[in-house]
Amino acid sequence: MADRITLQVARYRPEEESAPTFQEYEVPCHKDWVVLDALNHVKDRIDGTLSFRWSCRMGVCGSCGMSVNGEPKLTCATFLTDYAPGPVRVEPLRNFPVIRDLIVDLGDFMRKLVSVKPWLVRKEEKPLAEGEYRQTPDELEAFKPFSMCINCMLCYAACPIYGLDPKFVGPAALALAQRYNLDSRDQGSKERMEALSTHEGVWGCTFVGECTTVCPKNVDPAGAIQRYKLDAALDWVKNVVMPWGGR
Amino acid sequence: MSSTRSNEPLAWLLFSAGGVMAALVLPVLVLLLGVAVPLGWIAPPSFERLVWLIHNPLVRLALLAIFSLSLLHWAHRFRYTLYDGLQVKHLTEVINLVCYGGALLGSVLALYLLFVVL
Amino acid sequence: MSEMATPHHARWYREPTSTYWWLGRWSYFVFILREVSSVFVAWTVVFLLKLVNSVAHGDGWYQAFLRWSAQPWVVILNIVTLFFVVFHAVTWFNLAPKAMVVTMGGRRVPGALIAGSNYAAWAVISALIAWGLLGG
Repeated sequence: MADRITLQVARYRPEEESAPTFQEYEVPCHKDWVVLDALNHVKDRIDGTLSFRWSCRMGVCGSCGMSVNGEPKLTCATFLTDYAPGPVRVEPLRNFPVIRDLIVDLGDFMRKLVSVKPWLVRKEEKPLAEGEYRQTPDELEAFKPFSMCINCMLCYAACPIYGLDPKFVGPAALALAQRYNLDSRDQGSKERMEALSTHEGVWGCTFVGECTTVCPKNVDPAGAIQRYKLDAALDWVKNVVMPWGGR
Repeated sequence: MSSTRSNEPLAWLLFSAGGVMAALVLPVLVLLLGVAVPLGWIAPPSFERLVWLIHNPLVRLALLAIFSLSLLHWAHRFRYTLYDGLQVKHLTEVINLVCYGGALLGSVLALYLLFVVL
Repeated sequence: MSEMATPHHARWYREPTSTYWWLGRWSYFVFILREVSSVFVAWTVVFLLKLVNSVAHGDGWYQAFLRWSAQPWVVILNIVTLFFVVFHAVTWFNLAPKAMVVTMGGRRVPGALIAGSNYAAWAVISALIAWGLLGG
């Protein structure tokens, strides 16, 4: 096995250029290295100007999402040797504006996340004297997968609808909305419907399914969205057939 | 409420119902009537047999449901394909008219054929 | 030269999405094929309406329909249609479990079981239709 590998890294220096270019770096190819290790080697030893985000290096913070050979990946969870003999193309996450080099702006997602109200909504808080909210293991299971989202944005990079229509709320935000809708302690489904049951919400999704394929935490945002479509559609029918029914 | 909210769930339900109908019923019909009979693999159903089948009101109702829902399935899916595949969102009204309008026209035609002409 | 940081990030680079985005990945291409199958669903309805129309007008018209449907271009079109409606059915049955979470006795019915029952229904209904058309 070769002990060196070439990285083709996208560079974008807004003060110097108007479009990204590629720069090649030759790095050691250790068998236990991930792409993030290679990038850190470049920054430490070869070219300190390379900019990229990373933090936990163990797949829980969601910071190091990038496009590796065209696929959205967590660079801390992507082994270099899987790409031997290389070269390995490293680019910023697709469908987001690039600020510099491999760093993208996630402000759009942050605003969308707030719009789906990702917190427990109660009509009335239970008084303290009544004790804690209790959940059976099945009730926990109902929303737990959707709570595993680390906001890494790989799903947005994979979603062609988001690429075509930046107004689309997107997989992670919709899955996180479902995390609360399906939580037995939550009473906010009706409130969330304003943001979710719209063309920019779930109805824009055409179930390509790539979001679920690339998710590193098995959140299954596509499943969350399709389930919501069914729930929202049945709710619509209920409102048409029994408009007097309150919630 | 915005009009997108008031219409999209209905369109999606019809699309889904149409998808189920089309999936369950159309493959065998295309196989038999579109491929096997014209290629001579099997004998065509006799005229009398078809007349007997089609004069059954349940068969006619089922056919109407299948035709109409399948067309609505096409309308919804094709509309999104035009949006996403060709990125022609600026033609929204025209696309909606052609797709859903076309499906409704086809449904009316089916209704006419199945219940007026027959 | 000193510049104040502006709140407008005119220098962010945004890559426009190509019209041919769906050729960029195999999964995108398969997705578009799946969506295009709806056109063949519509064609099947047109084809069947022609058949119904011919039956409504008597045996002469029906025979003419049979001759028309045996023309090479129609047969080829219908072979392609067969592929697409089967493709639609398979992708539909495989994906349907995602939208429906069926619980029995507190536990979620596995998706494979839902898909499996869809396929079973498909087989039964197809057999019924075939019998209806050809049997007797």
